[in-house]
Amino acid sequence: MIEVRSLSKRYGHVTAVNDLSFDVLPGRVTGFLGPNGSGKSTTMRIVLGLDIPSEGRATVAGKSYHELERPLTVVGALLDAGAIHGGRRARDHLRWLAATNGLSPRRVDEVLELVGLESAASRRGSTLSLGMRQRLGIAVALLGDPGTLLFDEPVNGLDPEGIVWVRKLMRNLAAEGRTVFVSSHLMSEMALTADHLVVVGRGRLVADADIAEFVGRATVRAARVVTPEASKLSAVLVSAGGVVTADGSEVLEVSGLPTSRIGELALSASVVLHELTPMHASLEEAYMELTADSVEYAASASPTPTRAADPASLGVQGGEQ
Amino acid sequence: MRQVLRSEWLKITTLRSSYITLVVSLAAMVGVSSIVCVADVSSYHKLGLFGAAAYRLTFDPAFSGVSGVFLAQLGIGVLGVLTMTSEYGSGMIRTSLAAVPQRLHLLGAKVIIYVAISTVIGLIGSFVSFFVGQSILDGAGLGTTLSAPGVLRVVIGGGLYLAVLGLLGVGIGATVRRTAGGVAALFGLLLVLPAIAAALPSPWGPDISKYLPNQAGSSLLHLEPFNRLTSSLSPWVGFAVFSAYAVAALVLGSILLVRRDA
Repeated sequence: MIEVRSLSKRYGHVTAVNDLSFDVLPGRVTGFLGPNGSGKSTTMRIVLGLDIPSEGRATVAGKSYHELERPLTVVGALLDAGAIHGGRRARDHLRWLAATNGLSPRRVDEVLELVGLESAASRRGSTLSLGMRQRLGIAVALLGDPGTLLFDEPVNGLDPEGIVWVRKLMRNLAAEGRTVFVSSHLMSEMALTADHLVVVGRGRLVADADIAEFVGRATVRAARVVTPEASKLSAVLVSAGGVVTADGSEVLEVSGLPTSRIGELALSASVVLHELTPMHASLEEAYMELTADSVEYAASASPTPTRAADPASLGVQGGEQ
Repeated sequence: MRQVLRSEWLKITTLRSSYITLVVSLAAMVGVSSIVCVADVSSYHKLGLFGAAAYRLTFDPAFSGVSGVFLAQLGIGVLGVLTMTSEYGSGMIRTSLAAVPQRLHLLGAKVIIYVAISTVIGLIGSFVSFFVGQSILDGAGLGTTLSAPGVLRVVIGGGLYLAVLGLLGVGIGATVRRTAGGVAALFGLLLVLPAIAAALPSPWGPDISKYLPNQAGSSLLHLEPFNRLTSSLSPWVGFAVFSAYAVAALVLGSILLVRRDA
């Protein structure tokens, strides 16, 4: 269990983390989602006692990180996959780490096997591929058999097989009752792995919800209507409370009304419909919508990223019918 | 703390580059000391009877015997810097500090392990250099023995000099965090400052020089009359000044390590 309370971190005039509070509960995978530069890594470093917060605090298993005895047995972390000395063998990297917390040397071989690196155990850091380093980083996290795990962008650099493996591993760790906290800037990745999402943008909390709830919120009740009498139907729909945008002379995009209601209104107004299609925003689109205001380095000329253009229709602010 | 010591021992002994640096430093120490002694003998032989007598009066055989320490110090110092900066360079420092959140324990363990290694390498190098050097000097009747007054202090001093350099290196590494900057700071302190001081006009130059780390530390490596002749500090005062630089670097490094984000 990780508790983050009113956490802020400022570097000079830049606020990396801004009054962030959330809990990460055991037994499920919690995704930590946000665009690059949104404060995810900083938050994780603060949880691990590496960065000192400007305000607020973070605790693991009820204690601040510095109070943990043999911290590797409580929290395991993958922060930076490249973090091995180029001249040190993979096994030796785990050996010195095991020594710090008095872990058995046998555990080193166990985790090497667990991450599929037995054959690369004698290779030096500089000769490991990015994927191998990522696996070694995961071995580092698992070394102390901790109840809480933090993974910062764990699938970076992994091949498709490795990505599937990491997903399975995280799900298994959570199923064993551990607290699993995984950061990513990719919604699609989280959609496949996480049970719960903590979304941040520019260091602020944007959403803290179960993934099912998030999907629900993300489903946009909008419809695409094709009719030869677009202007007539448009007037009817607007008077019934719909939000209508014309897309060409025969195509309307309607939000704020369910498709069944649109059909009924069209019938009573004797308007012929050629097409009536519900439109759903994907999870990816919902996420981009949520964080659109908080992307730090957006391409300036980028078009609106989603067809579900009205943020209110996402229901995030509770404006949904 | 014993676990952290064991871990730091593993860190340094699992790198090939540590062995290479230490062996090269050792070889450089013995090699340079020998070359200095060979040069001493050769310049002695070139002198006439009168000149040779004067040469003997001002000749410090013990110092020549351990003079290779001034090359070995660079290897020992750089490896000391690297014990900290290589962790920052690779990002491994975060793994280290997550495993050992008591940052001063981590730094303390590094200091203990590395100073122990530098001391052992320094003492071995110093004794071997001394004996090889004296066997060369003996050819011209210039050599001395361990039992002569002050000689044992000089030979052990060679080991202590490198022990302090190990400490200085780790301290600079913890302060500067980057390898390039750390090595530059170390070389600046050991090589560039003395050169600048030597270029200063007479009363200032020597007055400042004797307090610089290199010069102060080398007071311990001279037999007694020669320190007075060269207006250096007395052996143990000089060594104390030298050690003070290393301790200052370590204190600064400790404060920064605790205060800064990793």
